[in-house]
Amino acid sequence: MTFLLRRFVFYIVTAWAAITLNFFIPRMLPGNPVQSLINRYQGQLSTDATQALYAMFGLDKETTVWQQYLDYWGNLFQGDFGLSFTFFPTPVGEVIAQSIPWTLILVGVSTLISFVLGTLAGVYIGWRRGRWTDSLLPIGSFFSAIPYFWLGLIAIAVFAVAWPVFPASGGYDGAFVPSWDADFVWSAVYHGLLPAITIIVSSIAGWMLGMRNMTVTVSSEDYVTVAHAKGLKERTVMFGYAARNAILPNISGFALSLGFIVGGTLVTEIVFSYPGIGYILYQGVSSKDYPLMQGVFLIITMSVLVANMFADLAYALLDPRTRQEG
Amino acid sequence: MTTTPTVDLPVETGEHGIVPKKGRGGRGAWMIFRNRKATVGLCILGFFVVLAAIGEYIAPYDPNKISKSLMEGPTAAHWLGTTNTGQDIMSQLIVGTRGVLVVGLLAAAVATAISVLIGVTAGFVGGIGDEFLSLLANVFLVIPALPLIIIIASQLPEAGGTTVALVIAFTGWAWGSRILRAQTLSLRRRDFVEAARANGESLWRIVCFEILPNLTAIIASGFIGTVIFAVLSQITLAFIGVTSVSTWNWGTILFWAQSNQALAQGAWWWFVPAGLCIAALGTALTLINFGIDEFVNPRLRTTGGTAKALRSKRIQARVGFTPVYRAPAEKRGEE
Repeated sequence: MTFLLRRFVFYIVTAWAAITLNFFIPRMLPGNPVQSLINRYQGQLSTDATQALYAMFGLDKETTVWQQYLDYWGNLFQGDFGLSFTFFPTPVGEVIAQSIPWTLILVGVSTLISFVLGTLAGVYIGWRRGRWTDSLLPIGSFFSAIPYFWLGLIAIAVFAVAWPVFPASGGYDGAFVPSWDADFVWSAVYHGLLPAITIIVSSIAGWMLGMRNMTVTVSSEDYVTVAHAKGLKERTVMFGYAARNAILPNISGFALSLGFIVGGTLVTEIVFSYPGIGYILYQGVSSKDYPLMQGVFLIITMSVLVANMFADLAYALLDPRTRQEG
Repeated sequence: MTTTPTVDLPVETGEHGIVPKKGRGGRGAWMIFRNRKATVGLCILGFFVVLAAIGEYIAPYDPNKISKSLMEGPTAAHWLGTTNTGQDIMSQLIVGTRGVLVVGLLAAAVATAISVLIGVTAGFVGGIGDEFLSLLANVFLVIPALPLIIIIASQLPEAGGTTVALVIAFTGWAWGSRILRAQTLSLRRRDFVEAARANGESLWRIVCFEILPNLTAIIASGFIGTVIFAVLSQITLAFIGVTSVSTWNWGTILFWAQSNQALAQGAWWWFVPAGLCIAALGTALTLINFGIDEFVNPRLRTTGGTAKALRSKRIQARVGFTPVYRAPAEKRGEE
């Protein structure tokens, strides 16, 4: 249990660090962003919004930083992220709540598929070293070097413009209202296919390479030799002995690189104008909507933390050593 | 696959031509050139470095110059076509190379410096200090870097090249630091370090002359990895318009292509070359890293190039088969 407990404490600390970072970033950076914003909007901001802005950037001098920090926490616990400018006067929390299911499904499903497929392929390539499969490595590194968004652009150019089999943008057909009926779900799946394939293609190589290297390293361990010597079936040795041990670093790697992957997938959403959280972040960035950007950052970080916790649980299940302590 | 598990021992492999033939004996940095992947990577990287250095002199046009040939595909006058305002895309690519490389290298240099400082300190001091520094590194690893970079960069009054590089470095040091810490931990109790300690060498001397030289390969591969991360992040920032769109880099080209509906108009020449450049640079850096990895961990060497040679001698590369060549005798005594 100590393993999980330690990890839990770590996540609490990380969450605290992310939230605190989020609080201090607008205050530490130079310049007076509020004034430039007010100028940009040329009087379209209401007094309330201006006031909220000043409070957010810590420019209302009446309160101390400590007091602001406490208020900030208080607001967070009430789910209050402030008001969005882009979708004024919708609260940021509401904007995010509408977009998060899209991202969770798209990014979650495609990352899982890519992890599972990539890991299996990595085991295979590592096991059959010296075959033609080795040539997948340079190809894989080429694909992992391509930015997600560019692959998205190419996918759109080929499969939506030149040969229109998939829709170029959006998360569902504009004729539908989001609901759970079959037509809408089908439309959403259809719109999600191309972004999902893009994400899978660009992230699969990373898992493959990592797993391949681990399999190669593990496959010369004594216990693998012994398993062979016992005359066990090839498959049993491959999955039960080599892969089972090789996958442990890959799972902790999965947890740690989720942050990178999520970043890349958010940009994929931007390219496809997919109604998820990445697209919201983009809209926030293009209209300098600070409360929205900060809210999105917090939500993304928290989701990554939760995903990490699941990865840790999987690790604990696969590695008996973590359960023995305590 | 045959049923008899042939587990070859490294002893046998010495004669199969896996060994670099020239026995120059040196294991110095030039060894990297014996690795084909690394050589290819270094050549591509060298090409881009040259382009970055002399780009503005060899670019056929001023990248900002508007001309009358609007939205043209590749022609003899404009090899990679023109934008909707008649700017020459090849010139934009060539001139933009410098921005990409400078930011990538600067960010990686700063991030590597931070990661060496934090990773080696954490691994060497141990105890509470280690706990704290590792926690710091892990926190930065778990927090998604790109959104963090986006919110910092977009709140800065002006996000020029140097600023972006520093922001990327601030978020990208954690991975290298984690690996360096692990390696330092394993070095810390080795005999040669103990010997140095017993000799009464100062802490600084031990760290700089005993520990750091043994970390060179890891630091180098961490540096290369961070360059990849920095290049991708910077291009992504430029693409979504967070950084200045008036200075040229490959991301800026994609930004203008996207905002002028190049996709819908089928203007493939506008966004394909920039992406291929990114991919080529990224692949080059990854190949260099493979070379370094294989240099450090001989087990990872693919037998790809030598598979044919092996098969002609009826040897099957398979499980447990590690084509390690024997290190010179005097080196082997170390472990």
